[in-house]
Amino acid sequence: MAAHLSYGRVNLNILREAARKELREFLDKCAGSKAIVWDEYLTGPFGLIAQYSLLKEHEVEKMFTLKHGRLPPADVKNIIFFVRPRLELMDIIADNITSEDRHHSSRDFHILFVPRRSMLCEQRLKEQGVLGSFINIDEYILDLIPYDGDLLSMEYESAFRECYLENDQTSLYHTAKGLMTLQALYGTIPQIYGKGECARLVANMMLRMKREFAGSQNQILPVFDTLLLLDRNVDLLTPLATQLTYEGLIDEIYGINNGYVKLPPEKFAQKKQGEGSKDLPTEPKKLQLNSAEELYAEIRDKNFNAVGAALSKKAKIISAAFEERHNAKTVGEIKQFVSQLPHMQAARSSLANHTSIAELIKDITSAYIIPLNHLSSHVSASEAFFDNLTVEQEFMTGVDTDKVNTYIEDCIAQKDPLIKILRLVCMQSVCNNGLKHKVMDYYKREILQTYGYEHILTLNNLEKAGLLKPQTGSRNNYPTIRKTLKLWMEDANEQNPNDISYVYSGYSPLSIRLTQILARPGWRSIEEVLKMLPGPHFEERQQLPSGLHKKRQQGENRTTLVFFLGGVTYAEIAALRFLSQVEDSGMEYVIATTKLVNGTTWIKSLMDRPESQTQ
Amino acid sequence: MAFITASWNPLGDAFYRKTELYEMSWSLRDGLRDSLVAAAPYGGPIALLREPQRRSPSSRPQLEIYSASGGAFASFPWKSGPVVQLGWTVSDELLCIQEDGTVLIYDLFGSFKRHFSMGQEVVQSQVLEAKVFHSPYGTGIAIVTSSSRFTLATNIDDLKLRRLPEVPGLQGKPSCWVVLTQDRQTKVLLSNGPELFILDNTSCTVVCPSGLSPQDGSIVHMSVSFSYKYLALLTDTGHLWTGLSTLQEKLSEVDTKKTTVPKQMLWCRRPKSQQPSVVLMWDRLLLVVGVCNETIQYPIEDPCVLVGEMDGVRIISSSNQELLQEVPLVCQDIFKIASMAPGALLLEAHREYEKSSQKADEYLREIKEQSMLGEAVRQCVEAAGHEYDTNTQKSLMRAASFGKCFLTDFSPDQFVTTCRELRVLNAVRDSSVGLPLTHTQFKQLTLQVLIDRLVYRQFYPLAIEICRYLKIPDYQGVSRVLKHWASCKVQQKDLTDDAIARAVCVKVGDSPGVSYSDIAAKAYECGRAELAIKLLDFEARSGEQVPLLLKMKRSQLALSKAVESGDTDLVYTVVSYLKNEMNRGDFFMTLRNQPVALSLYRQFCKLQEQETLKDLYNQDDDHQELANYYVTASYREKRLEGRLSLLQSAVDEYNKAKNEFAVKATEDEMRLLRFQRKLDDEKGAGLLGLSLQVTMETLLSLGLHKQAEQLYKDFRVPDKRYWWLKLKSLAEKEEWDELEKFSKSKKSPIGYLAFVEVCIKCNNKYEAKKYVSKVTPEQKVKAHLAVGDLEGAADAAIERRNEAEMGAVLSRCSPSNSLVIERLNRARAAIAKNFDSIHTQAPHLDRRTSCCCPFTIKASVCSIAGVIL
Repeated sequence: MAAHLSYGRVNLNILREAARKELREFLDKCAGSKAIVWDEYLTGPFGLIAQYSLLKEHEVEKMFTLKHGRLPPADVKNIIFFVRPRLELMDIIADNITSEDRHHSSRDFHILFVPRRSMLCEQRLKEQGVLGSFINIDEYILDLIPYDGDLLSMEYESAFRECYLENDQTSLYHTAKGLMTLQALYGTIPQIYGKGECARLVANMMLRMKREFAGSQNQILPVFDTLLLLDRNVDLLTPLATQLTYEGLIDEIYGINNGYVKLPPEKFAQKKQGEGSKDLPTEPKKLQLNSAEELYAEIRDKNFNAVGAALSKKAKIISAAFEERHNAKTVGEIKQFVSQLPHMQAARSSLANHTSIAELIKDITSAYIIPLNHLSSHVSASEAFFDNLTVEQEFMTGVDTDKVNTYIEDCIAQKDPLIKILRLVCMQSVCNNGLKHKVMDYYKREILQTYGYEHILTLNNLEKAGLLKPQTGSRNNYPTIRKTLKLWMEDANEQNPNDISYVYSGYSPLSIRLTQILARPGWRSIEEVLKMLPGPHFEERQQLPSGLHKKRQQGENRTTLVFFLGGVTYAEIAALRFLSQVEDSGMEYVIATTKLVNGTTWIKSLMDRPESQTQ
Repeated sequence: MAFITASWNPLGDAFYRKTELYEMSWSLRDGLRDSLVAAAPYGGPIALLREPQRRSPSSRPQLEIYSASGGAFASFPWKSGPVVQLGWTVSDELLCIQEDGTVLIYDLFGSFKRHFSMGQEVVQSQVLEAKVFHSPYGTGIAIVTSSSRFTLATNIDDLKLRRLPEVPGLQGKPSCWVVLTQDRQTKVLLSNGPELFILDNTSCTVVCPSGLSPQDGSIVHMSVSFSYKYLALLTDTGHLWTGLSTLQEKLSEVDTKKTTVPKQMLWCRRPKSQQPSVVLMWDRLLLVVGVCNETIQYPIEDPCVLVGEMDGVRIISSSNQELLQEVPLVCQDIFKIASMAPGALLLEAHREYEKSSQKADEYLREIKEQSMLGEAVRQCVEAAGHEYDTNTQKSLMRAASFGKCFLTDFSPDQFVTTCRELRVLNAVRDSSVGLPLTHTQFKQLTLQVLIDRLVYRQFYPLAIEICRYLKIPDYQGVSRVLKHWASCKVQQKDLTDDAIARAVCVKVGDSPGVSYSDIAAKAYECGRAELAIKLLDFEARSGEQVPLLLKMKRSQLALSKAVESGDTDLVYTVVSYLKNEMNRGDFFMTLRNQPVALSLYRQFCKLQEQETLKDLYNQDDDHQELANYYVTASYREKRLEGRLSLLQSAVDEYNKAKNEFAVKATEDEMRLLRFQRKLDDEKGAGLLGLSLQVTMETLLSLGLHKQAEQLYKDFRVPDKRYWWLKLKSLAEKEEWDELEKFSKSKKSPIGYLAFVEVCIKCNNKYEAKKYVSKVTPEQKVKAHLAVGDLEGAADAAIERRNEAEMGAVLSRCSPSNSLVIERLNRARAAIAKNFDSIHTQAPHLDRRTSCCCPFTIKASVCSIAGVIL
């Protein structure tokens, strides 16, 4: 069921199994039939741990969404609330319980906090007078969720916002706890590197926790050699740029949530003979995307430009395989052919799906008119996409970043989606190390006049997060950073990449460059640039119990866990996977993050939008 | 050595032996006479209460606590009520059950720990008899009261009293009773006259032991085995019935020919017993009755107390202590006279070897011929474990070691383990420690518990020595000992806080797993708050310190520790605690010194207490945030006046924050809102709350051009944006004349291609064409293409000698446009010659065309679809 988790360098299925075991243990604590009331936010992440079948095996008969009012009727012995420790949710639970029919019902209530119990929440339940109604109050420590063979996510959406807008380090505490759990299963990680304020805090917490739990530490041979903690705010640029890998584009255009994507159904209509296209499906097509699907694993990290060729090659292989049946003469041969059929059919339907997706994306991305002037951006989606990209690339290469950009101006005039505007403006600000006062005020005024005054709060947030800032006296250091870290590669090869810059067709994500340089030749070579980037950089060593020092085989790769605090994009992941595959790198990467993001979801998490109640 | 079997007595086909454990180091004035005595199993401590019935205040009875070897732990006069029964818990605590049902708990050193009652009902009707019993659930107590009712508590650490049902016909106490633990249920078996009852939670049932006839008389004494599996019943005619405690199977029935009731009766068994027996004790006689009907008699000189163990019976007298047990089979095999068991031969071989006699070889040969050398070694090792005498242990181990030399591939594990364990056992058996554990008991007790027991007795150095010797992980071993030591140390009244803190720190250091906060809590319990705080400083886990600090009312410190821990929930907890404890001013001041806590509290207020949020910002003079707060709040206002006044407050704050942009923007918004309200009132336009842009849009679509114009001017809307807006609006309403007029009103800031494209979008090619001529040369091609004029486009492209543009036109051509295609191709060929020069002239454009590549996905994708479907 989750075999793809165990294919990677590190068997992440161990983590998943540990999580499942704990879930089963909790469910068995509540004897008898049960209904689960879900904090809706949790259903996605839980889906990565356990399907409904597991719950069913443990007598979960009904599932509800947590909402105000009376609980729906269910003939079960136990009602279990699965919730995040948030006060507003406690109020809903209290409401549920107080409106329960006391005389009639003899149901037992339980509460499971994910990922951690909270005294504050329990206090709230107590104030509401319902704390005593719970038989079990427990916590389900689900910090790092295995997302794919080399990918862990906490699915903690508000992490970046909390850290940089609200000075709330809850997510960092969970991160440190999650890393401790990981070390309990995979051994102490001997080396820790980090860059950024939050990275420092997490490392400090980890070291403290290690001291606290010293002595109880396990005797496991370390699986990870190095941990690299990277703050998102060290590299604000990368998520703002449009991702150009296959998976990245799917995420940019349709959004991948907890490993699933919802696509417009038209292209997936089952064409049956004679039926024509009478009834097109109206429900969005939902697809799971992970490395369990062979074809997807192959193409997900390619630049979109190379996907077509890969798909066509695959198509040929599959047709050839189906053609084999004509060559099958003997009974044995036919039998063998038939035995391969299910696999081949799966491959064929996978190919059909991805061809459809690729076509959908192509409609949006490929420019069939050579652009002459970006003024005419409203003509087609693909042109808009292209113009947008052109401007992004101009900013990233440092062209005219100090002036009001006419494309942005036009997009505002056309009332393009606000987030698109914010992405571009922020990008310009980041690439210019802040905007001139006049330029910034102009943009801000344009935005407020066009999209509404209420966005003054969002703009304020972006300034607080450093995404948007006025230029201060100091020199623009972005060009130096760009040159030293080779962030722009003029001749990015998208078909047969030789550098990570292929994931953005020219731009090499800063975060990944830092990772790459750390592996070789080391950060000492870029001290100057590291000082220009925000936050401290550091190195810590964790003592291993004697006897657990790894004896490295000749040619054996080292494994680094790269933890992105505040989110990571699919393109960055692709770049790391590329580095893992480079033959002589000697390094393999496992990726962990608070949340998988793209520019849109990231900016969205920083927005504030009061609803007007004035009549 | 030679006399090892001298103390053996045969019983059936087995042997029983009495081994002296200690000469008791106590000196009891009156022996064990007239005393309540409780001695715990597993070589546990002994408690003695002299003359418990003495009640005159002038001469109170004395309660004394000793180790099993008679070493004194404590002695103090008993000042509470009359005691019915003494007993020990599994964690070496002394239980004193009083007549009034109160149970007082003391530790080994006689300090009072706590007390509880066996129920209200007991207070009126005294406790007649009580029994302390052990089960998997812990230590339990059973009592019978003068109203003939039984009450049970199966675990005194989790006290749940159970009053058992009435026993029909019972007056006063029964003639004898025991507590049984069967099928996870605790029951009482009692005899009253000729009848035998089982009492459980719900019922009282008459039972009859299988094979015991009524002629044998009524039961006067009963005893259950250590494991609760076997039962012995003694009748008034002297018949001893033994069988399973379920009463369903009889093992034997022996006539002891004694009609007096014995003082004590206990099972004497061992795991894999060949010949279990029951030991009965009268004033002058100890009788061992085997189930085989045979008996052994030992005379007694002094009053004794019997203590049942899992593998024997300890006999404690005022002068010495002996262990009576069945000789383990392996010891019998080795030491039995003329035994030819391999172990016996090996022992002999080794003895000869030490004498340098060649007979050693003969013996060895004999064992080896039977290929029994491995077995011989095993026997010697095992037997050594069962022997109490260190010399015997040594000779057996040496023999084993000797035998091992002649074996290859023999795992040394058992040998090594037994050596180590014996060393530990010998150390704790020493009279100064006084834990006479047998190897079997030790295995059952586990090392963990042994260490605990050493710790209870405050043998810290020995405990640590053992942990280190057996290489127990610190977490389970040394650290645990140190923790106990430190908790004990902080109670030492004669030392200063500093001295204790220093001593604790030096010893404990940062031993893993020792919780300084636990130690500190202990210090605080003993009323040493200062010491507690000093100790808390050593605690690595900040989180652990918080609850205690709060309890000690050191809230500021608690807050900073909570912040340090990084656990935000903990911070919240302290903050909400402080909020209730302090007045508002102090509370805010405290938070001010803890930025992390302050931001968390702000978060809390944002969700829960908006008003407090305002106060917080006010206190910090954070005008920017205060202004933002007003902005947010303004949206919640139901009425426009309210909204405007909050926005005005925001303006004031933005002013104070010197945020000119925000001041201006907010003032604009207020102006806009007023404007919107006015028009809404006048024209019902539904504008309120729309953005400026949308307002203008709406106005234009309503035909309110003048008002739109006014806004455009008043709010200094950039020309470009306004032109776009008006262009689109007019086109959508198909006011083509107006549009043309507008286009001529002044030079378009957005150029004229926009006009062309917007017209085309509104499907009016005719109007679109009007503007093609006005388009700048750079956009000409595109404009022509937009209106579908390929020739015009081609002309323009050729004129501009731009290859890319030509390509674009070409890509739009269909075969029917052959003329155009030809012209373009010709022009391209001409340019190709000069390509290099153009390339250098337009590097910027060239770079962009290179970015173009990624998105011109090849036709391949489409063709695949065909292949698959």
